[in-house]
Amino acid sequence: MMQKIIESSAIGKSFGETKALEDISFSVNESEIFGFIGPDGAGKTTLFRIITTLLLPDEGEMRVMGHDVVTGFKELRKNIGYMPGRFSLYQDLSVEENLNFYATVFGTTVKENYDLISDIYSHIEPFKKRLAGRLSGGMKQKLALSCALIHKPALLVLDEPTTGVDAVSRSEFWDMLKKLKQHNITIIVSTPYMDEAMRCDRVALIQTGKILSIDSPVKIKEGFSRKLFRIKTSQKYKLISVLRKYPGVVTVYPFGDSAHVTFIDDIIDDSLSEFLVKAGIDDTVIEESEAGIEDRFLELMEKGTMV
Amino acid sequence: MTRNTVISVKDLVKRFGSFTANDNLNFEVYEGEIFGFLGANGAGKTTAIRILSGLSRPTSGKATVAGFDAGTQPEKIKKNIGYMCQKFSLYEDLTVRENIILYGVIYGMKLPALKQRIRQLLEKLKFEEYENRIISDLPLGLRQKLAFTIAVLHEPRIVFLDEPTGGVDPITRRQFWEMIYETAAMNITVFVTTHYMDEAEYCDRVSIMSEGKIVALDTPAELKRQYNAESVEEVFVKIARPPTPSRPAVGTGSKGGLKPEPDTTGKI
Repeated sequence: MMQKIIESSAIGKSFGETKALEDISFSVNESEIFGFIGPDGAGKTTLFRIITTLLLPDEGEMRVMGHDVVTGFKELRKNIGYMPGRFSLYQDLSVEENLNFYATVFGTTVKENYDLISDIYSHIEPFKKRLAGRLSGGMKQKLALSCALIHKPALLVLDEPTTGVDAVSRSEFWDMLKKLKQHNITIIVSTPYMDEAMRCDRVALIQTGKILSIDSPVKIKEGFSRKLFRIKTSQKYKLISVLRKYPGVVTVYPFGDSAHVTFIDDIIDDSLSEFLVKAGIDDTVIEESEAGIEDRFLELMEKGTMV
Repeated sequence: MTRNTVISVKDLVKRFGSFTANDNLNFEVYEGEIFGFLGANGAGKTTAIRILSGLSRPTSGKATVAGFDAGTQPEKIKKNIGYMCQKFSLYEDLTVRENIILYGVIYGMKLPALKQRIRQLLEKLKFEEYENRIISDLPLGLRQKLAFTIAVLHEPRIVFLDEPTGGVDPITRRQFWEMIYETAAMNITVFVTTHYMDEAEYCDRVSIMSEGKIVALDTPAELKRQYNAESVEEVFVKIARPPTPSRPAVGTGSKGGLKPEPDTTGKI
């Protein structure tokens, strides 16, 4: 039987009166890419600090690679690679110096596990003498990832590794993560970008300290409880405000160049286009559409606030 | 139909030593537009925005913002624009009310008018209960909405938003964009950068920077047609290459944050 890399049971954490995490239970399997998807303030960083033994939980229990996070931290710290949310390497050391430092601190050498990071590090190796502080965002990311992997950890913990990074670099980063799976490394990653959820094996949606749902991204999408309609028009802003006044509507959300709309009893008929034309919107294209993970997240958030 | 131009950029160049961050930029932004300013990290967006918001001088070329020259009248530009950056730019240890007053006064508003605006704003945002709460106590989505409202407090002709929705929940992000739409409807021009490609679709026109140059500028619909793409993200991936190692992003202390840089143009 495959050991679970992480087993979390009813973890809770408060800061003063603020409940940062509440009743967090989940498990992560070996070699999974497991994503925590949620906005700022959801509790992702707090949770990751507990997993990496940097913070003690107030309630509940968690075992990582068989060790309790409270009592087994010494062993755990040798076997986890951590890339925190803010660039935390030494800005005044060079690329090469940073990598050597991390290897040494973990009792290994750069040479020993170089094959693991070579794909990633090769992008920045030509600039190994450059100070880390002078690297671009994407380059810093690659260096931080290399340093987190240099001791060949069994578990890699990445806290918002792509926040503030452009779409191209984000995509490349995820390509690199997929390759790491082949080395049997388990990866947990947090992100506010819903589209990145699709690149995980399983995902936990998290909002204000609570987990809303855990499943494969496809199953989460499929959990969307209504029919989803996309409506396009040239008058994007007007469409949203007009639709909100339509009696048959349940939810209206702008989604880039269209509005995602759900209706009472999933019914849509001619009265809708009549309503829109009357309001001066006559170039709409209405089609039924498959719900994406963000649609489901919005639906779960609504339910959360309705309670 | 002629449209008023709020920003006019002609042959704009910005160099830092031997490195050219902005390489002959030419574009215009019209009154009441929502103008999206996209590009990979290191492409030169932050440099350009700093010039347009009066924080940095061009090396050569010309940029006119709200009628003022970025090279010779940056202080006048600052008075006539609004600016909101990713970290929300509110004073965390002051209350909501105190922040509004502080910024209002900085923008040159008179106290009686300001006090009335505070009432209006708090009602509109439904923030009345938060009036005397310290900023650091408020959830992020609220802070962001407040920061935006403050950025347009003095009803500037144009507001610059530098990645205003970073990391915020999907509902707040959308509410924020509705606030942007309302603002543009009041004829305030909105100049916004974002890494959320779906947000590019909300813009009237979008420009994409790559390696110091503008490589595309058009409506989202036209860009998609031109590049045979289904989304602005696809267009972006096709034409905006990430920075090569020889092009570090200027002014990034942490991931994408603004860091003060020395002005090395040699001009006064």
